[in-house]
Amino acid sequence: MPSPFEPPPIDPPPSGRYDLRVLLTRRGMAAGAVIGGVVVAMVAGFAWAGGFLTPGRLDQTRLIAGFEAANGAHPGFRRNHAKGVCLSGWFDSNGAAAALSKAQVFRPGRVAVFGRFALAGGMPRTADKPATVRSMALNFTLPDGEIWRSGMNDIPVFPVRDARGFYEQLVAATPDPKTGKPDPAALQAFLKRHPESVKATALIKAAPFSSGFADARYNGLDAFFFVNKAGVKTPVRWAMVPVDAFAPAAKTAPEDKNFLFAALTKRLAAGPAQWHLIITVGKPGDPTNDATLPWPADRQTIDAGVLTVAAVEAEAAGNCRDTNFDPTMLPAGIQPSDDPLLSARSAAYSVSFTRRAGEPKTPSAYQPPHGA
Amino acid sequence: MTPSFSPLSRLLHWLMAVLILAMLVIGIAMVSSLGHYRGLVAIHRPLGILILILAAIRLINRQFNPPPALPRAMPKLLQAAAQASHWVLYGLMFALPLVGWAMLSAAGNPIVLAGAWHLPPILAQNVALYAVLRPAHTVLAFCFFAVILTHLAAALLHALIFRDGVFASMTVRRSHSS
Repeated sequence: MPSPFEPPPIDPPPSGRYDLRVLLTRRGMAAGAVIGGVVVAMVAGFAWAGGFLTPGRLDQTRLIAGFEAANGAHPGFRRNHAKGVCLSGWFDSNGAAAALSKAQVFRPGRVAVFGRFALAGGMPRTADKPATVRSMALNFTLPDGEIWRSGMNDIPVFPVRDARGFYEQLVAATPDPKTGKPDPAALQAFLKRHPESVKATALIKAAPFSSGFADARYNGLDAFFFVNKAGVKTPVRWAMVPVDAFAPAAKTAPEDKNFLFAALTKRLAAGPAQWHLIITVGKPGDPTNDATLPWPADRQTIDAGVLTVAAVEAEAAGNCRDTNFDPTMLPAGIQPSDDPLLSARSAAYSVSFTRRAGEPKTPSAYQPPHGA
Repeated sequence: MTPSFSPLSRLLHWLMAVLILAMLVIGIAMVSSLGHYRGLVAIHRPLGILILILAAIRLINRQFNPPPALPRAMPKLLQAAAQASHWVLYGLMFALPLVGWAMLSAAGNPIVLAGAWHLPPILAQNVALYAVLRPAHTVLAFCFFAVILTHLAAALLHALIFRDGVFASMTVRRSHSS
């Protein structure tokens, strides 16, 4: 008989140690509550981090849902800049930007480039219009396997400052199902809330559109940092400035629904089209976090080299169709700025890419004639 | 009493516990974020590769420092569940970074760790395959989190209910009980 003053044995008999009926005792329930509490707390923390506790917030899937609501369902296509054609060519660096950036692409020499010309907007079969915003997306494949991707538009500034502004503009511009047209009051309300968009839109409207893809200037819009060998960071913006002389856009759209793309193919049949990569060097105080604001016109520019576009081809498996032109895919020597659009673009492009990757494919609206 | 894991095994266990939990939280936060997406992805990729390397080191260490046997009194069913869950944890420690690496390869995306330091693709570009691997990465991550929670609950069951020294074999024993 154990003495009542003796402590109970630390180890209960082996037969009883794993008897889960102990959970029904006071000690077992207390322990069970501790274990349950730990598990519940971890699940709650995980759910909070994943945004499950704040379902109304603007996240990447909601932003892409905004595009799908505005444009309808177009499986297999990008949710924005849906109508496009693939380009191929090369970039000849002259070495002039190497003092500001250690990126291999800026050493003198040639790197292969592929990319995509497209129209802004989420409708892959929309008709080309003279004043549709056009884009050039590029992939530079550097000798050691590094990759630089950039997406540029032929507007001088971006109409919105961040993802929230983009989403609100998208919702305001979404056609009302009753009238089939966007509600003008919603657009007015958007502009009232976003004075930066009013200013940016005025700058965009003041810049004349070019006649086609080949004579358009494509602006990177977001700011980046160049980092040189010494580690010095310089704020920059870049643009592809056409060698072809600027011709103003037509007043009315020709009958051909693909006239901008057809003109590009015809232009390339006469020889490669070229652009100078112009780097604008920012000064301290120039906004790097707001793509709606232009930098002062007197900023130093550097001509870093010439992009040659030799050919276009229809979107197809394994070419530009299957590439995510995420502007944050950068080589060493180029860093993203604090521009909130960069992270938002990266996130939204990723969702768009994942969705279309798993969707059935249909041929793109514009098919260049074979051998073009 | 169950003997302890070797100090190196315990170090690897707890280091990886912190890294993997951080990784799962970063991953789930990343895919719902707009403003923090880029920054979180920039941590997610190299951290994933670090976990892959640590998992390999841990598997090698396991050959030199085998885990202590479970208490003989533990029911065979519980022992089997413990063994199985540990192999599932090992499997996921390898599978998640490898599926992540494979999916970026299939997407044709650059796999940047830091600066110019990047990994080669382990698959040819194939978006149809990417479309399978990308959701698989998420599903496996949720499985990993569930198995980790089960593992943690079981460890606490050993500590608070069974009191058989299994929990202490991976933590620090009070001096008198060693």
